[in-house]
Amino acid sequence: MRKVEESENMSKNKKLTGSLGDKTFCLLTLFMAMSVLVLMVWIGWQMVDSARPSIAKFGFSFVTGRVWDPVKEQFGALPFIYGTLVTSFLALIIAAPVGLGVAIFLNEMATSKVRSVIAFLVEMLAAIPSVVYGLWGIFILVPWLRETVEPGLAKWLGFIPLFQGTPLGFGMLAGGLILAVMILPTIAAISREVLAAVPNEQREAALALGATKWEMIRIAVLPYAKSGVLGGVMLGLGRALGETMAVTMVIGNRPDILSSLFAPAYSIAAVIANEFTEATYDLYLSALVEIGLILFGITLILNVFARVLVWSVARGPRGGLS
Amino acid sequence: MFVKKTKFLRGILTGILALSMVGCGAQNPSTPEGQERAKQVTLTGAGSTFVYPLLNQQIEAYRKVNPSLVINYQGNGSGTGIKQVSEQTIDFGATDGPMTDDQLKAVKGGTVVQVPLTLGVVAVTYNIPNAPKQLKLGPQVLADIFLGTITDWNDQRIAVDNPGVIFPDLKIAVARRSDGSGTTYIFSDYLSSISAAWLSKVGKGTSLNWPVGMGGKGNAGVASVVQQTPGSIGYVELAYAVHNKLSFATLLNREGKWVVPSLKGASSAAVASKIPADMRVSIVNAPGADAYPIVGFTWALLYQDQKDKAKGSALVKFLNWSIHDGQSLSEGLLYAKLPPDLVTLEEKMLKTITSEGQPLLK
Repeated sequence: MRKVEESENMSKNKKLTGSLGDKTFCLLTLFMAMSVLVLMVWIGWQMVDSARPSIAKFGFSFVTGRVWDPVKEQFGALPFIYGTLVTSFLALIIAAPVGLGVAIFLNEMATSKVRSVIAFLVEMLAAIPSVVYGLWGIFILVPWLRETVEPGLAKWLGFIPLFQGTPLGFGMLAGGLILAVMILPTIAAISREVLAAVPNEQREAALALGATKWEMIRIAVLPYAKSGVLGGVMLGLGRALGETMAVTMVIGNRPDILSSLFAPAYSIAAVIANEFTEATYDLYLSALVEIGLILFGITLILNVFARVLVWSVARGPRGGLS
Repeated sequence: MFVKKTKFLRGILTGILALSMVGCGAQNPSTPEGQERAKQVTLTGAGSTFVYPLLNQQIEAYRKVNPSLVINYQGNGSGTGIKQVSEQTIDFGATDGPMTDDQLKAVKGGTVVQVPLTLGVVAVTYNIPNAPKQLKLGPQVLADIFLGTITDWNDQRIAVDNPGVIFPDLKIAVARRSDGSGTTYIFSDYLSSISAAWLSKVGKGTSLNWPVGMGGKGNAGVASVVQQTPGSIGYVELAYAVHNKLSFATLLNREGKWVVPSLKGASSAAVASKIPADMRVSIVNAPGADAYPIVGFTWALLYQDQKDKAKGSALVKFLNWSIHDGQSLSEGLLYAKLPPDLVTLEEKMLKTITSEGQPLLK
């Protein structure tokens, strides 16, 4: 009798009329969820408050201004927005295919011994601290770019404005590459999980119809997994947008908008980390907070866009030639 | 088995809780140990990273003189030092750029006294393949390099000052600080004083709108950029140039003599400069036959009227020691000693610091 009652309660999902223990547990978890939300709103509110003097003085021209001059009290965020977005997207363009490739290799093609070793190593990449990446960038990546890669790109692809200019090593390309290495483990790990969740029936069906291995992956596995992979890529993008130390050590720290990837650039997180301690007057400080607010806003917008994209992709047909 | 598991877990949690309690007992003021420690005075300071190595050594050495004084100094930037002194959240600050009139007006606790702690020297370093050992760079040439007007090493204007040197066909890659810095302040102060174009276009400050150049983080960052990039030029504190074995340039001082960056050159500059009563002075491009043109003071900031007598007295005594006996630690760390006349003036200034109407230093 009691068993039937209890199961009725559970199926009716009346959480608040359950036992005292259940009630407390529900309230506790509700409290935790709410506190995360409250924290986010509080952070946003505090930032808007601190950025008020700068918002009042510059208004919208802060977002479109190109001059960052602390001596003349003239602040504009466009070069930083440009630098942040370009390095992040460059990282994405490089890391997404490679990450997906790693995931496909580990899931579909590797033997279990190889899989466990490589999977472990790829996940170790995520454990390396940002500063260590920065040091590796300064002493290994930058000289390699300056001596080998950039002159090579200039020689073969020099007609494109992206690859013109003096190869310095430090610059947008270095920033993008280091971010690519940093977001690779995120994308690879999530893609692996998602690809592993594709039911075997899909694979078997494709193979039964006479598909080769690559065709099977292309027809049966990837379309089924595309929303998950996209979600992983967006997560990687989120990390790339906020990455500070590694980027500031190799990007050249020059607030300028130039067409070449070889030129030095500046990202939002880098400028805040560099100039915050020496912001000697209030307007300077509030300009830095406002630029942080802009990053907050960019991250929020990109996350919303990512959600919409993942949702719209997930809505489409799974499997088959879509 | 389930019971054993919970007992085990409980045991571990109790152990962790017990361990975390160990730290609490030590600060209890009612125990005899605690009472002794209660007489200990703690001073907090914050500010310039430029002076951090020296101040740290002085604080260590001063523990032998006054073991009951604990000084915590955080090198988190001159700007933070000024701000926190203004808001009275720290006992003393340190800054590479003197406080401006506006900053002094915005201070909340009364008059702030600025006492020079040490002299720093900024060297111009470069990396040219097969470089001449003592590259001569005149003031206008230096300004134009950093303004981006001179872009190649084999430019005529550089060759004029360096007869007989063959420069490679290499573009000049300028390196400067990406973070706000006192070293930048002193360097831009110098460029502003010798170049009207620099003064109007860029000005002086701890963070600037640089016309050209890649940013490196900290003196170490700039030094590594210069070391790695052929054709680069940058400015670093002397200690970094010497320890990283970088080549540094010879500059032209006001008297028309070519000088290398050195502690002697810094002291000459300080001696030859006229120091005003409030000690806020820029000593770049100083007169004096052996003066090196890019030098600057680092100032300690403290209130003239100290609210806490014990802290104020300890602070003033420490600063007095620092400008006298503490100076013996300077040369080992490649800071220049304060000139003796200046030290006398500073001692007089420290004697004007009062608490409850009574001067703290006799």
